[in-house]
Amino acid sequence: MATEFSITDYDIPIGEWVSAAVDWIQDNFTGVLDGFSDAIKFIIDNFEDGLLGLPPLLLALIIIAIAAWRVSWRFGIFAFISMALIFGMGIWDETISTLALVIGSSFLALVIGIPIGIAMARKDMVEAVVRPVLDFMQTMPPFVYLIPAAIFFGLGKVPGAIATLVFAMPPAVRLTNLGIRQVSEEHVEAGRAFGCTDRQLLFKVQLPLAMPSIMAGVNQTIMLALSMVVIASMIGAGGLGNTVLTGIQRLDVGLGFEGGLGVVLLAILLDRITQSFGVTRATGPSRLRTRLKQVFGKG
Amino acid sequence: MTDKLVIEGLYKIFGAEPEQALALLGEGLSKDEIFDRTRTTVGVQDASFTIRDGEVFVVMGLSGSGKSTLVRMLNRLIEPTAGRVLLDGTDITRMSKNELIDMRRHKMSMVFQSFALMPHKTVAENTAFGLEVSGIASDERRRRALKALETVGLAAWADSRPDELSGGMKQRVGLARALATEAPILLMDEAFSALDPLIRTEMQDELVRLQQHEAHTVVFISHDLDEAIRIGDRIAIMEGGAIVQIGTPEEIVTNPANEYVRSFFYGVDVSKVFRASEIAERRGLMVFERPGVNVRAALAQLKDRNRNVAVVVDGDGGYRGMVSLNSLTRAVDSPGDTRWDDAFLKDIEAAPDDMDLSEVLSLVAASEYPVPVVEKGGRYLGIVTKTVLLQTLDKAG
Repeated sequence: MATEFSITDYDIPIGEWVSAAVDWIQDNFTGVLDGFSDAIKFIIDNFEDGLLGLPPLLLALIIIAIAAWRVSWRFGIFAFISMALIFGMGIWDETISTLALVIGSSFLALVIGIPIGIAMARKDMVEAVVRPVLDFMQTMPPFVYLIPAAIFFGLGKVPGAIATLVFAMPPAVRLTNLGIRQVSEEHVEAGRAFGCTDRQLLFKVQLPLAMPSIMAGVNQTIMLALSMVVIASMIGAGGLGNTVLTGIQRLDVGLGFEGGLGVVLLAILLDRITQSFGVTRATGPSRLRTRLKQVFGKG
Repeated sequence: MTDKLVIEGLYKIFGAEPEQALALLGEGLSKDEIFDRTRTTVGVQDASFTIRDGEVFVVMGLSGSGKSTLVRMLNRLIEPTAGRVLLDGTDITRMSKNELIDMRRHKMSMVFQSFALMPHKTVAENTAFGLEVSGIASDERRRRALKALETVGLAAWADSRPDELSGGMKQRVGLARALATEAPILLMDEAFSALDPLIRTEMQDELVRLQQHEAHTVVFISHDLDEAIRIGDRIAIMEGGAIVQIGTPEEIVTNPANEYVRSFFYGVDVSKVFRASEIAERRGLMVFERPGVNVRAALAQLKDRNRNVAVVVDGDGGYRGMVSLNSLTRAVDSPGDTRWDDAFLKDIEAAPDDMDLSEVLSLVAASEYPVPVVEKGGRYLGIVTKTVLLQTLDKAG
């Protein structure tokens, strides 16, 4: 051997390979990427236009009403104070922009994630393949998603939404899979014994019984989406994250705090409201009926 | 009665290569040996029997004896490894997926141990579940569900949710769900085992009542012999995946095939198994009341045969009464005409033929004489002595 082997020469150029792959995709799939980008842009823009199109006061009232109806009247008061603070801090537009992005990307994450979860629950093979991918998606630092998203889709809301949906999807997939697998053997047998087809078994037995778990996944996805949307402001996704980012760049503690507080308020509202849907809607009217029965006797 | 289900050589082997295990079973190896060699588990081996139209057929065995597997092969929730199941002559094991679904919707329904009701549906919706999956219109479904709920006495709860009901009521819904499809065959998997003893008995009676009203062919899994005897027309006992005995409750209690079967009776109340007619004996002395045989002649007969008591029957075999040496002597010695009525022992209570042994027991215990057993029409069947009674109780004790 002419040169002596040194450990510092040993190099697997994973970074270069990934860059090369990204370049290749960019060169060869521009059309596909653009179509994808347009579809996502369409969805996100519609959510944002819809929410910003409403008079702010009306939208605030709707949010307060939902909080009071789904959770409790106390939470309604909390929602009222939150709305007042957000208006007062002058970050209404940013908050709504963030909300639209969260809802839009969560919606996409669920539309993609829940069917994957169902497929995982039904075939062990699919679970074996998807599970490590999910682990990978969840352990990768969220900032890393920003780079390919920005390279493929440029700067703005679309790459922000894509990075968000990739980051936020795993809980929806996992908890859908778990929920369906946890449906008791007897319930599945009952479905089959009464002549369910595979499709009927899924829609009439497994999904309804897995609903609490699936709703927990939806809640988690929305919360993760919110945290990612803030980070995604680094590639121009806008919204509250932008306020925080500006605060950092200008070393303006007050502005950063206002943005942060907006995120926290939004997080609490989204969390409590989505959680309320997990506690099976079924108990609502039924609980009322039981209470009426207790008061007025049977029948 | 015609045969509803014919099961022929049914096997279930759990594991990767069932053929190998089947071959070894053929060579006469035991379940454990086969597991050691092939890592497959024999669930059910060579089950062959018939279930008649309209009977309650109980499959009994300890847990792990294969009874649940056996019953699940009847509607193919578990696929049989080998063998046939004929329903009205059609082989279920050869049915295509669609035929199978159709069979489950219309021919066979099922009741589960832990009820398996859908918590998100109302009682009526749960009851209509089988009809819903068959695609029956919603008002028709509701009508039939209410009818089934009426049958089990829960019509008033139609719009409640399962979590508002007690365990017994939930299982009534489970039963109504099975009845609503109007399937002629009901598979009941330990249907009452999860209920309190009191509610369990109530549900067993309910099932018996339903059967009298409209007989379904019921295949009932149980691990409780009391339950099996209470509701079963015939009982199959399973051990280690094989059926060791099939018979009526009486046959099984009086003639257990082996120690395993016998072991079920420890702690079983035999006095509930037998009826008075089944242990009545004709051994005692009978005196026929007819012209020429008067009280004096009867007294002579008793003395002659060295007996203390006798049963008096009329010419048609009808029960008249019982006499003893003392009562006969007293009647003969009393002044005036001696009539049979004066000679009959007072305070003798005849047992009707369908009286439970437990009640016969108290009659026998209270009387110093054997207890006569009499049919509904008044015909004399025989007597129950203390000795016979004790022997019967001992047999299964």
